[in-house]
Amino acid sequence: MGVLSRHAARAAATFSIATLFASLVTPALAETSGINAADTAWMIAATALVLMMTIPGLALFYSGMVRKKNVLATMAQSLAAVAIISVLWVAFGYSLAFVGDGPWLGTLDRWFLAGMKMDDVNPAAKTIPEALFMLYQMTFAIITVALVAGAVADRMRFSAYLLFSVGWFMFVYVPLAHWVWGGGFLATMGVLDFAGGLVVHLSAGVGGLVAAKVMGRRHGYGTENLAPFDLSLAVIGTGMLWVGWFGFNGGSALSASPRAVMAITATHLAACAGALTWGAIEWSTRRKPSVLGMISGAVAGLGTITPASGFVAPWHGIVIGIIAGLFCFWACTSLKQRFNYDDSLDVFGVHGVGGMTGTLLAGVFATTAIGGTSGLLEGNPQQLLIQFYGVAVTLLWSGAITFVLLKLVGAFVPLRVSLQQEMEGLDISQHGEALQ
Amino acid sequence: MKLVVAIIKPFKLDEVRQALTAIGVHGMTVTEVKGYGRQKGHTEIYRGAEYVVNFLPKLRIEIAVSSELADKAVDVITQAARTGQIGDGKIFVTPIDHALRIRTGETDSDAL
Repeated sequence: MGVLSRHAARAAATFSIATLFASLVTPALAETSGINAADTAWMIAATALVLMMTIPGLALFYSGMVRKKNVLATMAQSLAAVAIISVLWVAFGYSLAFVGDGPWLGTLDRWFLAGMKMDDVNPAAKTIPEALFMLYQMTFAIITVALVAGAVADRMRFSAYLLFSVGWFMFVYVPLAHWVWGGGFLATMGVLDFAGGLVVHLSAGVGGLVAAKVMGRRHGYGTENLAPFDLSLAVIGTGMLWVGWFGFNGGSALSASPRAVMAITATHLAACAGALTWGAIEWSTRRKPSVLGMISGAVAGLGTITPASGFVAPWHGIVIGIIAGLFCFWACTSLKQRFNYDDSLDVFGVHGVGGMTGTLLAGVFATTAIGGTSGLLEGNPQQLLIQFYGVAVTLLWSGAITFVLLKLVGAFVPLRVSLQQEMEGLDISQHGEALQ
Repeated sequence: MKLVVAIIKPFKLDEVRQALTAIGVHGMTVTEVKGYGRQKGHTEIYRGAEYVVNFLPKLRIEIAVSSELADKAVDVITQAARTGQIGDGKIFVTPIDHALRIRTGETDSDAL
């Protein structure tokens, strides 16, 4: 009894001293800004993880699937996306996407981060510094632009790619990010997109499809051997994308919270189910489960769970991963052959179809217990209709603007390298460097 | 003197080298090459796209031996490089007119 009371007295004394000390050191900051150390720490980590998804993740994933003469050029596209989009994001992208809540676009109040103080917060993420929220969202813009390049790998002129990327970021990504996440008309309508099924994957996938059609097929497509240079690079890239996706989907909770953990769990399970499904289909139809197939299935599962993660229960990740494997396999093999387009690295087949499927499935599986919204299975068919609407808007917007932009850029710079440069390889012709 | 040229599967190199060393062949030249015979390559499938790979990786081994040793060398290479599967390779034997060791100037059989 004596021991207990002594412990209690000591604990009370410690508590009161700590409270007094805290009030002396940080009198008002914590109350007014509400910035939370755990949330901030997790979001710094998540930001780093998502940045890692582009370099080295996507750079390795993509360059492992092209031919040896185009490896550096493919990596250069990811690298350039990081450099250009980061600057543009700070200049005006963040402000137009996430500051102000107009139905179509935000404001330019925060252009070049004007007036942003250390303890400012964005209304969308009140427990982390606004600068961190801005950085985190920047990494999404970067990878989305970099994703599109996979559809036109092996043939797009670097200068045309740079111009196209700037335009695509300004006119496709920024408005979409505002509509879905920044308080725009899709957000007010209640479209569910936790981490970018519409904003990232469907927009990039459709952009890639349109770009592949406008650019035309690679020389030798369907007749010559265009087999990947080094799939081991693609496997390493997939691993980095996979881990990075924990920051992508887990970070989209914008807090170090149970919801973030649920999102990460569903994400991991969807990747596993996608890899297993794609491998199993190949095993049964072609007698061998290919490595490229398994990594494609994993990325398909990751892309598909993205909009739904944070709204669905972890076990839904398995179901969504299986559906992702089935749909994306079909898109990358049957659909692509039937319509005879050359989406070099299957940006539409994996990300476009995955993003679309996942956005719709979010409307099916959304559960109130996780994300506060119910889907079709919980008796809310309306949500599925809203999701359809989001998909349709994204499809049309990204497709139309991509088409116009390519025509516009093409009027100034040839979009494609010359036939001779294409045969020689883009590494030498665009960058004056090559792997030996 | 004979020049024995063997095209073998890459993973058989160590066995072939050991077998040749055992019968007194002291040197060899190995080159990485690509080619095909009756095997006609193989098919690779990437996300549904099929590519026929005609030229398969092989190793080309060259050894210069005395005429008496040539038959023995061909025998041991045949045994060591054989898997029984298609694509095991081929051996060609040609006469050597003249041989010279660059360091010493020795010629013909002294140079082997």
